[in-house]
This record gives sequence, structure tokens and C-alpha cells, in this order.
Amino acid sequence: MRRVLLAIVTTVTGLVLLLSFKTSPAGTAGAGAAVVLPSTKTSTPPTPAASPSSTTAARAAAPASPALATKTVTGDAVDTRWGPVQVKITVTGGRITAAVAVVYPDSNGRDQEINAYAVPTLEQETVSANSAHIDMVSGATYTSDGYIASLQSALNKV
Amino acid sequence: MPTSTQPHGALHVEPVMGTVFTLAIRDPGSWDDAFAEVTAWLHGVDRMFSTYRADSDISRIRAGELSAAAADPLVRSVLGRCAAYEDETDRYFTANLPGGLDPSGLVKGWAIERASQLLRELGSHNHAVNGGGDIQFAGEAAPGRPWRVGINDPYAKGRLLTSVTGRDFAIATSGSSERGAHIVNPHTGKAAAGLASVTVVGPSIERADVYATAAVAMGSASSTWLEGLADHDALVVHADGTAIPTSRFALHGGSAGASRG
Repeated sequence: MRRVLLAIVTTVTGLVLLLSFKTSPAGTAGAGAAVVLPSTKTSTPPTPAASPSSTTAARAAAPASPALATKTVTGDAVDTRWGPVQVKITVTGGRITAAVAVVYPDSNGRDQEINAYAVPTLEQETVSANSAHIDMVSGATYTSDGYIASLQSALNKV
Repeated sequence: MPTSTQPHGALHVEPVMGTVFTLAIRDPGSWDDAFAEVTAWLHGVDRMFSTYRADSDISRIRAGELSAAAADPLVRSVLGRCAAYEDETDRYFTANLPGGLDPSGLVKGWAIERASQLLRELGSHNHAVNGGGDIQFAGEAAPGRPWRVGINDPYAKGRLLTSVTGRDFAIATSGSSERGAHIVNPHTGKAAAGLASVTVVGPSIERADVYATAAVAMGSASSTWLEGLADHDALVVHADGTAIPTSRFALHGGSAGASRG
């Protein structure tokens, strides 16, 4: 069996948002390059109260010129086996500058730590063209998945 | 759940099987039908295997209402695979938990891998199927660019210990990083202790996930076992926070371990 090619890169110290959403300096978008967050709303977002199982089909437009305006978007509340998780993101100039879980399970101390997790700020160096770009993250998580799902729904509304 | 079309692919997020699946396709085209097919299949798996649904095959077997031999062929296949992995891991991986039959430890990885195969059959050769942090990668993230996956620091949510890149590979992380210990050492009946998380990289997410789970159950003694696994590499984070890679898990910068610094 073919051995998996492993290349370990430098430890990433900044929190990196994942999924298919990628940020990059304007002008580097292209095949294989990172994608600038679409700055225009291209579909009617679902209401925040929408069922987590509802389908949103937010279509991302072709990358447009990044807007410099700041926008705050709240994702759907996503049920996890531990309770609902809802993420609010702030987008500035086509980039996520902050994300926070506004609703999260708090039945125990570990849950309360989720809020610390959910304050990701993308460092400029993390998203520069030559730095590590993370497609996904592997981890033993449950609530984090709800975080990711709510985050994605927020991205789809931007 | 959200589906979004990216300039070079599409993404779908689906809550199912008690966690969240993310399907990321990096081939051009429209993938709505493929997403619908795969997610329908995943929900079918959940209905069949969930221990939280009284009418699932697994719950009915547990309740004595259904014999394993009479269960759905998929259920029999999964239980057969569980038995093989039990033998291979000296029962550190097992579907026979104190609470009864529970193949959940295999079902997620198995389902991720099957979902990836299904996407291939539907025409996608570059994609990732992420089931709650366990991921099967197919092809590349973009033409000429391999997938890069970060490994969560179990002691610092949202921080990454390191990252791994590759094509056509799988990565699974098991541990107690979010809900306290949830893996039992089947030989003692007690919650596994000693390791915060184990990440295993290999060709198959089903096998990588089984190995990661078995290693957590083994505890600190798992390092020797992991070192001997063909085609697999691992990063073990001990309870004290020390991160020890297997010898082939090459590290950037010549550091002796992926220290949490």
C-alpha cells in the first residue's frame, strides 16, 4: 500500500478557520489559490430561527473586490448532542476578523471553555500567501462540530 | 444544511450521526445531487446503527428483539469488521462495551470512508469527507496543492499542534479533548487514562479511526504498538501535554516533539 506522503509544517499558533472558506490577500485568488470571501449577498439568508436541518443554498458569487466595510452575521443555531451552538462572525474587508459562539452548551466547565475556543482571529501572517493554509482540522470534538456548522451557515449568509 | 458553491468546488455541512459531517468537493461542477445522495445514505446509516434510536437494528439487537444474523447485511458487515478489529487490537477496540453492543466506534469511520467512495462513484476525485474531525481525503485540495489538515491541541481549543499534508489519505483523532474521557479500556472497564489524544494518519479512515481509539484505550503503552503499525503514523498527546510522534511522523524544524508551545 502506498505510504501516505507526510509533510509536517511548522506549528500553527494562530487559530485557523477551516472548511472551504479560505481567506487570502486580495489578488491571489485563482485556481488552487485561496478564495476571497464574497462580499456581496447573493441569496436571501434563512432566518436565524430556521431549523438546523433546513437547507440553505447560499450561492457564492465569483470573488469580487473585497469590501472594506465591517459586517456582522449570525449563523444558524445548530443542535449538538450537548445542546445548541450558534456562532456570530465579523467580516471586515472580505475577511473574518472575529468569531464568537453566542449560544453554546454551558452545563459544565468544559463547555464554558468553548467560548475561549470560539474567538478566532485570523492573523495576517496566517493567511499570507506563503503561510500554512489549513483545509480542515482533525480533533476529538463534539460541540466544536456544531460550532463549525453554525460558522458555515454564517459564512453562507455573508 | 448549508451548501455553498465555491469557485472550484462545493461544500455541504450536514448534522448526522450525533456529529457534523462536512463534504468538501474540489472538482468543478454542480454537486447538489451528489450531496443529496450521500447525506441520504448517511442518515440511513444513522437509522440503522444509532444506539439513540429504539427502532435501529443495533437497538433491537441490544433489546433482544433481533438476532445479529437476521439484521441488515450492512449491520452484519459492520459487526464482522468490528470482530476482526477486536482480534487485531487485542480487544482494545471493541464493539462489546459494558453497556451492550455498540459498534459506534467503527460506524463513523466506516461511514466516512463509504461516503468518500460514493463521491468517487459519483464523479468526484478530489474531496474531503469530515465526520466530526475524522477525515478521509481524496485527491488534492486544488490542482497541484495537497490537502493540509491541522491537528487540534487537545488542551487549547482552536489551537493547532501541527499540520499534515498529503493526497489520498485519512486522519483520525480520538481522545478526551472535549467531553472528558469517553473511551473505556475494555480490559479494566474503566475510562482510559494517560493520553489526551491520539491522531493516526493512514490510507483508510476506518482503520485509522480504529487504531486511534484502540491507542487511547491502551494508554501510555500504545506508543510501541503504534510504532509497529504498517502504513500508519501517529501523534500521541499524553495527559501531561507532551506530544510524541511515531518515528516516521516527521516534524518540521527538528524539534524532538510537537511541543505545545
